[in-house]
Amino acid sequence: MLEVGLNHFLVVSSILFSLGVYGVVTRKNAVMVLMGLELILNAANINFIAFAKYGNFGLGGQAMALFVIILAAAEAAIALAIVLNLYKTFSNVNVDEIDKLKE
Amino acid sequence: MSIYDVIFYLFAILTIGSGYLVVTSKNIVHAAFYLLFTLFGVAGLYVLLAADFIAIVQLMVYVGGILILLLFGVMLTNKVTDVKIRTGTIHIIPAVIGTGLLMGVIVSMMLRTNWKSESGEIPFTTMYGLGRILLTDYVLVFELLAMLLLIALIGAASIARRDDE
Amino acid sequence: MSEISIINISIIILLLPLVSFVLLIFFGKKFPKLYLAGTGIVFVALVLSIAVTFGMLTSYSGETLSFSFTWIDFGNVPSIGPLSIELGFEINNVTALMLFVVNLISALVHLYSIEYMRGDIRYTRYFAYLGIFTFSMLGIVITNNLLMMYIFWELVGLSSYLLIGFWFEKDSASDAGKKAFLVNRVGDIGMWIGILILFTHYKTFTFSTIFEQISLGNLPFDSAAALTTAGILIFLGAVGKSAQFPLHVWLPDAMEGPTPVSALIHAATMVAAGVYLLVKIFVILTADAMLVIAVVGGVTAFVAATIALTQNDIKKVLAYSTVSQLGYMVLAVGVGAYAFAFFHLVTHAFFKACLFLGSGSVIHAMHHEQDIRYMGGLRKKMPITYYTFLISTLAISGVPLFSGFLSKDGILAGTLAFGNLTGHWLLPIIGFTVAAMTAFYMFRLVIKTFHGEPRDKEKFAHAHESKWVMTAPLAVLSLLSIFIFYTPNPLSADAGWFLDKWISTPQTVVPSEASFDFMQSGMNKHETGLAQESGIVHSVQYTEAMHHAHYPAMFLSLILAGLGILIAFIFYQWKKVDLEKLTEKLNSLYKFSLNKWYIDEFYHATFISGTLKGAGALSWFDYYIIDGIVNASASVTRFVSRLSGWFDTFVVDGLVNFSALFSGFIGLSFRRLQTGKVQTYIVFVVFAVLVLLLFFRPF
Repeated sequence: MLEVGLNHFLVVSSILFSLGVYGVVTRKNAVMVLMGLELILNAANINFIAFAKYGNFGLGGQAMALFVIILAAAEAAIALAIVLNLYKTFSNVNVDEIDKLKE
Repeated sequence: MSIYDVIFYLFAILTIGSGYLVVTSKNIVHAAFYLLFTLFGVAGLYVLLAADFIAIVQLMVYVGGILILLLFGVMLTNKVTDVKIRTGTIHIIPAVIGTGLLMGVIVSMMLRTNWKSESGEIPFTTMYGLGRILLTDYVLVFELLAMLLLIALIGAASIARRDDE
Repeated sequence: MSEISIINISIIILLLPLVSFVLLIFFGKKFPKLYLAGTGIVFVALVLSIAVTFGMLTSYSGETLSFSFTWIDFGNVPSIGPLSIELGFEINNVTALMLFVVNLISALVHLYSIEYMRGDIRYTRYFAYLGIFTFSMLGIVITNNLLMMYIFWELVGLSSYLLIGFWFEKDSASDAGKKAFLVNRVGDIGMWIGILILFTHYKTFTFSTIFEQISLGNLPFDSAAALTTAGILIFLGAVGKSAQFPLHVWLPDAMEGPTPVSALIHAATMVAAGVYLLVKIFVILTADAMLVIAVVGGVTAFVAATIALTQNDIKKVLAYSTVSQLGYMVLAVGVGAYAFAFFHLVTHAFFKACLFLGSGSVIHAMHHEQDIRYMGGLRKKMPITYYTFLISTLAISGVPLFSGFLSKDGILAGTLAFGNLTGHWLLPIIGFTVAAMTAFYMFRLVIKTFHGEPRDKEKFAHAHESKWVMTAPLAVLSLLSIFIFYTPNPLSADAGWFLDKWISTPQTVVPSEASFDFMQSGMNKHETGLAQESGIVHSVQYTEAMHHAHYPAMFLSLILAGLGILIAFIFYQWKKVDLEKLTEKLNSLYKFSLNKWYIDEFYHATFISGTLKGAGALSWFDYYIIDGIVNASASVTRFVSRLSGWFDTFVVDGLVNFSALFSGFIGLSFRRLQTGKVQTYIVFVVFAVLVLLLFFRPF
């Protein structure tokens, strides 16, 4: 095993990212999609923080991660509000049945 | 192989395993809980990366706020009478292929690039440093984020409002 | 009267009937009584013509007054030289007398027609046609050049056509009109070619100029043969217009027209135009031409007389009689008896017109019955008609004390003299034979119509004498058939003023080698031109021969006329001979005569059928070959257009449709990308990112 370095963190974040994408693309329930989205965001955060340590950016990377977390929170709130609205309109939140915009 | 590495691997496995379970679990509530574990794992990784403040914030905000919110969402949007909250999947094949490829590509990309890596100065606790740069270097972002939070708050409240009031 | 005024009045006389025509054509419908104006105009013309004739014969006898003007001046035509066409009028004794004759008969016919044509639906137009005819005839009379003569010649033919076919509801009438016009046309072609021969050489149409040129020795194309040809060709026009054999076939058919028309046109004036033409060009006729003319005239006279023997329609008898008498006139010109030819023209005009109008009176009284087999005994019912008819018949038969005797006698003497001088003895024989036949058939007509018992009692009962407007012309004309107007001596014409003072044979201008010896006088040709002084009688030779022939001819003609009348009386009045048996014995001859020698049938079988067959062949050619080519090209075009249409529909449109389908197909295929699901789009994004990453290889 190699000594843990930047690459390991990057690999972890990449895997997490891919899993998040998979979740977003695959899941039927809107809330599950949001969970996948959280995974993506977290993966990005890991990246930021890893570079903050191993790069030469000082604490900028961590500040960035902080901002991401805040934004994620705000976004989660809004998203769930929308999901609630969806639920009210369609009585279910299966995203594949919400295709009114298709041709 | 120092303890650092072992802990790293532990947390890494936790994170990735939970992440995998999140996206493949059929039960929404299970998925939510796996997400909890993922977030914990990520927080642990943060600690290993000497970002203590961020780790705590992660736990507080993500786990304590967002996850609860998600659970609320789960509960409010599913017919809770059904004990087993099942959820299906779509587009499995293309998604698997696509994300598999994506993962492969990104990982290889990460591994191949020559990162200029040099360990910078990390203070013992990052809290003060963060606080300071938030109000000096990134003050604009800080303010904007504050406004954003306000807007998000109002927006969420108004969107989710019941109409028959 | 001055020269100018005579010419001017003559032109006025010419134009007056034209005025009548124009008035009646344009205003006839509005004013039904306008025919009286037409008749009045013609009577005015008559009075003027009497004045002109009187002036001419007293003051300018022997002279020729002329007036000409340039019609077209072509200037200098390349390879021909200066060319200009002059037209004009000329009056001499012959012209003046002819003016009188034409106007008198036209006026009398107008008067007569007022009663005869009463009740006809195209009453006014009839008088208009009479007007245009008179105008055309007068044009022929007073013109001084061949071109104008030809123009008026054609106009006369047109008027004849209009008047013959006046009752065109009857097929026979319209056919007769067409026949007249077409047969005339055949003659006119010859005439026009003859005129052109002269024009090409002399570059002028004027008579006097041509005559002068010939007298100076300038022959057309420098050959007497050409002059003969020109003469014969112009004579062809006379053959057509004056109904000579073989173009006589139109005249009997022309009897389909109203009887006054027959009187005016086909007895007195139009048919006389041919003789008048010959009289005008007499001086350029060579010996050969004259012989041809004489033979044609003789044959005509004989053939027509034989046909007239057996005809049963009054008007047909008179028609064939006219043809026969015209033959006489042409014969007279041919044998050189110029003065007698014209004399006979004048006398014939009067008595033939009287005969026709008389027959019209009979037909009118018998309610349009024309077959003499149904007549008889009309003497008692229609005395005036009978006596005038009788006087005219005596004239035509050559009985002394009447005008016809004088003129016919002169012609016969001329033929005898000609036979003496040239040895052509057949002509006098024919002449005398025809005289006998004429007397016979005319008296047959009189006896069958007026004497004896009526054969159709019903029609006879209704018959009555005609009104004065019809009998007055009869009286005038029969009066003019008596000798007293022409000479004091009833038996001899030479002493009379007509022949002595008024008409004298002009000097011929044909060079001596081409003319008969007796035609020339002893004078030098160069000094006696023509034009102004035509008082020279032809040569001493001829005068002597005529003198010798005079008495024998007179006796012979008296005997033959008497014989003819006697036989007529034997056959028809006293009925001493059984006509039925005689007819049976001579059946083939009888049939031959009755059917007009089958000439019409012969023409039909040869010329008409030939022309029709030729036309049929040409039309077949046109229909199948030419139209075939046109139709074939049309079919080819249609076929080609069908091909290109197919090409257009399947290939071109196919391409267009295919591209449209293709676009639609692609569009439909791509439509499935729009699933409306966000996750699908995210998958696409992922793939896109992958592609980018793999393509650009930033790592």
